[in-house]
Amino acid sequence: MSALDTVREVMRRDEVFEFLKPDINPNLNVSKDIILYMEDVSVSFDGFKAINNLNLYINDGELRCIIGPNGAGKTTMMDIITGRTRPDNGTVYFGQSMNLLRMTEPEISNAGIGRKFQKPTIFENHSVFENLELSMKCDKGVWATLFATLTGEQRDNIEQVLVKIGLQDNAMQRAGALSHGQKQWLEIGMLLMQRPRLLLVDEPVAGMTHQEMEKTGELLTSLAGEHSVVVVEHDMDFVRSIARKVTVLHQGSVLSEGTMDEVQNDPRVVEVYLGS
Amino acid sequence: MFLKKILKDDRGGQVFLTILLVVSLLVPLLNLVVPEGNAFHISTYTVTLLGKYLTYALLAIAVDLVWGILGILSLGHGAFFALGGYAMGMYLMRQIGDRGVYGNPELPDFMVFLNWKELPWFWHGFDQFWFAALMVMLVPGLLAYLFGWLAFRSRVTGVYLSIMTQALTYALMLAFFRNELGFGGNNGLTDFKDILGFSLQTDATRIGLFLASAIALAFGYLACRAIVQSKLGRVAIAVRDSEDRLRFIGYRVENVKLWIFTFSAILAGIAGALYVPQVAIINPGEFSPLLSIEMVIWVAIGGRSTLYGAVVGAILVNFSKTYFTGAFPEIWLYALGGLFIFATMYLPQGVAGLFNRNKEAQA
Repeated sequence: MSALDTVREVMRRDEVFEFLKPDINPNLNVSKDIILYMEDVSVSFDGFKAINNLNLYINDGELRCIIGPNGAGKTTMMDIITGRTRPDNGTVYFGQSMNLLRMTEPEISNAGIGRKFQKPTIFENHSVFENLELSMKCDKGVWATLFATLTGEQRDNIEQVLVKIGLQDNAMQRAGALSHGQKQWLEIGMLLMQRPRLLLVDEPVAGMTHQEMEKTGELLTSLAGEHSVVVVEHDMDFVRSIARKVTVLHQGSVLSEGTMDEVQNDPRVVEVYLGS
Repeated sequence: MFLKKILKDDRGGQVFLTILLVVSLLVPLLNLVVPEGNAFHISTYTVTLLGKYLTYALLAIAVDLVWGILGILSLGHGAFFALGGYAMGMYLMRQIGDRGVYGNPELPDFMVFLNWKELPWFWHGFDQFWFAALMVMLVPGLLAYLFGWLAFRSRVTGVYLSIMTQALTYALMLAFFRNELGFGGNNGLTDFKDILGFSLQTDATRIGLFLASAIALAFGYLACRAIVQSKLGRVAIAVRDSEDRLRFIGYRVENVKLWIFTFSAILAGIAGALYVPQVAIINPGEFSPLLSIEMVIWVAIGGRSTLYGAVVGAILVNFSKTYFTGAFPEIWLYALGGLFIFATMYLPQGVAGLFNRNKEAQA
């Protein structure tokens, strides 16, 4: 670039200086209809390749199920997306412009990715209502939190989520006293309070009765469309009941992708699952 | 109005503040008005002792805020307490003026003794009360901020953090023992004459210090209570219970910890500053790791995470300490150990737990 060009670049009036541009674009751009890109992602722990050249694309508003045998890298994949684990190489983008690999966990969460853990993790000593209040999308700085008061709108929002997850009668109960299934729902409710664009749900029906499972399925399908939902699950019946598109992971990379029927008839998948 | 809001669900706090009010009205009256020799007379010695307990209680609240609410077991809060104390001690030292043994108007006695010719730079400004008062809060606060910034960002938690806090206070103790550091070495700072122009020997000044401690305790309690009542308090308890979950919800856990830890250190510093004029000495022994552990025991015995429990624990343990070290000096440590074991076995929620259990039984 010639000196003149550099001067022109510096003097441009329609843009700020290069060094002033934020690393993280604050706006989620889904103009290509894809909300999450994972390309060539690899990560190894002590030489064991947990994720191996993984390529995964999630469309905006879709409900995707991810299945795979134990150790296939499902949870590690979620750890990478939410910023808990840094991959050795590869790129992970949220929308067109947000580089998740350069963001911390709270930044990723505030950008609109919510996560439900495998084991229900809620704040046991708080009431159900307080659990939702804490998860609410708002300014989460220390000072703002110290002086925060609940507006009527926010209260309504919490009530709505309480109804959605079916815990309206337990609002004032200590969260630690809820049943296992209720805890799972509460955690999903906490995700909803964050108003995420992408929900990562790790084994939502583990340890649930059939009835509870059905209810959870309904809840998750109702969320798709407005949010993009990625469900990791072992229970095949459950996956069949909610899935439109299924991705099979095996040894850290995608083995097969398609509808449930396509995937189940894929000889490679049969081999991995049945070992024959 | 504000008071009503923050004490609404806090029976223990209401009781505690009422008792504190009654005591701080009664004690000056019984000391100054009731003549000596009367059965109800409270000696100035007792007043000072009570004042000392109140500063310990404030310190215990600070410990409870980080341990009981935020879940960080700090075994180094004595460091912040002692630093606040030293800042106040430096002010009191400068107030001596030329009344010291060597009669040097500029230099404190120990500096003359060490053959120093001029005041070290960090002693400047301490002849002003406002400056010393500022430093009482600033020095512990800054140290806590720096320490917290490094420790919480690197996500050091649990027992490792406790050990680091312990090391912090131990390192400071060793440093303050050295004469070259300029804080009087192992003798510390003592031989104080007056504070704000009032002689430290008179009953009225003693009462004044006692009242100042009571007021500081009340405000410290209300401030901590306000934090616990706010959403930040709920976030802090969430940090204690499930730090990871909170991070994935979008809170910057390290900032929450950092600010509450710093606030707690400032409270501890204020407690130290009120403690020093009442006991009339500050030396590096106050940095001793043992004392920091003792503070945690006060809170454990009083009842963790209730705040008023910390007050009860601090006063109870220190009262027994005064009694035992007077009556049976050799068994004090056994008594403390016994008290601690008793509390963990039979009062897992401390003395405050007893109070709550009765309430539940009634309900």
